[in-house]
Amino acid sequence: MKPQPFKTLFGTAAPLEQDNIDTDIIFPARFLLITAREGLGRYAFHDRRFESDDQENPDFILNQQPFREAPILLAGANFGSGSSREQAVWALLGFGIRSIIAPSFGEIFQANCLRNGILPITLPDHIVRQLLGRALSGLNLTIDLESQTVAVDDESRFDFDIPPERKLALINGWDETAQILNQKANEITAFEARQRQEQPWLYEREIDQ
Amino acid sequence: MFPITNQQRQNRDPRCVSEDLKVAGAKTLYEKLWDSHRVCDLADDEALIYIDRHLVHEVSSPQAFAALRASERQLRRPLTHYAVADHAVPTRNRTDAIEDPLARAQVAELEDNVADFHVPYAALQGADQGIVHVIGPESGFTLPGTTIVCGDSHTTTHGAFGALAFGIGASECGTVMATQCLRQKKALTMLVQLSGIASRHVTAKDIALALIARIGTNGAAGYAVEYAGPVVSAMSMAERMTLCNLTIEAGSRVGLIAPDETTLAFVKGRRLAPQGPSWDRAASYWLSLLTDASAEYDSIVELDLDRIEPQVTWGTSPDQTVSIAQAIPDPTAIADTSARRQAETALDYMGLKAGTPLEGTVISHVFIGSCTNGRIEDLRAAAAVAAGRSVASDVTAIVVPGSGATRLQAEAEGLDRIFSEAGFQWRHPGCSMCVAMNDDRLEPGDRCASTSNRNFEGRQGAGGRTHLMSPAMAAAAAITGYLTDVRKIAE
Ligand code: SF4
Repeated sequence: MKPQPFKTLFGTAAPLEQDNIDTDIIFPARFLLITAREGLGRYAFHDRRFESDDQENPDFILNQQPFREAPILLAGANFGSGSSREQAVWALLGFGIRSIIAPSFGEIFQANCLRNGILPITLPDHIVRQLLGRALSGLNLTIDLESQTVAVDDESRFDFDIPPERKLALINGWDETAQILNQKANEITAFEARQRQEQPWLYEREIDQ
Repeated sequence: MFPITNQQRQNRDPRCVSEDLKVAGAKTLYEKLWDSHRVCDLADDEALIYIDRHLVHEVSSPQAFAALRASERQLRRPLTHYAVADHAVPTRNRTDAIEDPLARAQVAELEDNVADFHVPYAALQGADQGIVHVIGPESGFTLPGTTIVCGDSHTTTHGAFGALAFGIGASECGTVMATQCLRQKKALTMLVQLSGIASRHVTAKDIALALIARIGTNGAAGYAVEYAGPVVSAMSMAERMTLCNLTIEAGSRVGLIAPDETTLAFVKGRRLAPQGPSWDRAASYWLSLLTDASAEYDSIVELDLDRIEPQVTWGTSPDQTVSIAQAIPDPTAIADTSARRQAETALDYMGLKAGTPLEGTVISHVFIGSCTNGRIEDLRAAAAVAAGRSVASDVTAIVVPGSGATRLQAEAEGLDRIFSEAGFQWRHPGCSMCVAMNDDRLEPGDRCASTSNRNFEGRQGAGGRTHLMSPAMAAAAAITGYLTDVRKIAE
């Protein structure tokens, strides 16, 4: 699946101050029964966004203006910890989120973001706290992947790190599977030939067939 | 991804020598597994890693199969995958069609996919069905020295065999199916050295929870963790699997234990394990997968088991754990503002009061099962407590074996009768109330003593409250109707 390319993003940042917002909060498990990856936006943060009678919870920040359409999440540490469910990322994408800024991320979640065209930005704790403190009164950010910067309402600017190859993949919307097949087919075949010699038991069932 | 932060580099244990001083050629177990599966190096300090085994389940695979179809790709090596429906399947009965239309469709989709792509499948009605992380080892699909992935974060479980096993997302599942490879960044290494002697009723579950409480849910992020020490060598494979299973709750995708005679004894003779001369060759290779004596870790954590008592979580994160005899922590005593706020939120959600004893907290449900504690040894431990006693009148208690083979074994030992006579419900295998995707779930306000691995908000059902603990502790809570120190009733 080709992810949507990511170049620049301008928009409101919605503050979710809590640390350890896990994938069960982002996408409750009972919706994992849905096998499609499109249309999951309505389930993002479902149990916080909606009361048990399916009415919107007006106290939840993402139900309030100007955050309802915010393309950027500003979150506490360890965002997306917990399960590997990629539905958490697809739900955020469906909800309109294209970038998440946090002091740290759950590892599998972070990898899933990059594969789906969401840019996870790690900034130092004190900067995230400072942004969180200002975000409630409405904070517009400009994220530029090319220059690796987050600019705040044109007054301050923060640099972030991203490995160069990941950056290129995001900017171009590359599909990882296609890339491996196109570029590394010979290496994979050579590896298999060597492993078959050294650890033949890993291939025995295939010979039987 | 890019797991190693500069902060972590600076935080390295001072006893660990720096990268350039590492003894040339000496490798940790993790490094041996990494090197033996490196197809080639890639940009960004990443490598293309060969994947030997992929466990497939109904929840994280439909999108991957759909992507294969859309791009007209095939599976590169169909027999290196093993599929099962475990997450959303009902546990009350296996003869009728699945009632929930969504779950029924999801299982049907998996069955279509495995037929179309020729993937070996443990059928829902068959004896091989069970939780991915239980049937992998049971069938011999899980082998030492291999790389194993699954679209489930508790894939760390298989590290107990000295396999490099980690959880991946659904897109990565599709990449593995088509290429048999994944792009990965090498992790730092952490040694968790267990010393001392665990007292009776202090299990691998308690050790893991105590470790997570100590280092935090992000404490091992970016590291591949290896467990070692005489206690680990003396552990059964079931205990080792529990320990490695919970490594993800400390933020690490990889938990490892070096293969030894205990490992070989478990694997030998399993349906998919090598046989005859192949076995001998494999076994001697597996026993070579030890961390070299002069190899260095990037971090070392020591845990003294002499001080550990049965553990119970009080909050909504696995590191919010105390000993059963301790009081519920007081958030105002926590210096760090963010941790304090989190503790307050957790207590509020859990409906608990700071400073009151955890023991005696009234529960409504008990869940014994999951890939953490759903093996035969776990059921035996719970049954030993349940035997001759009765579940408290207001408690609903279910026992969900981790696999069909576990269920049959338990029945052969008469454990099902012990549970049934005590008032526990005896179920069919699956993830059940670990993830609450089927009809086994809590209602808002229900409180559950659970042997699973996550006490997140809503994990066992929206509004449900989860306390994690060992199987014997969960059984004890079922009997008294409140959180109980098993040592008080089982001596
Ligand atoms: S039992 Fe729970 S943790 Fe284990 S595979 Fe199933 S859902 Fe995941």
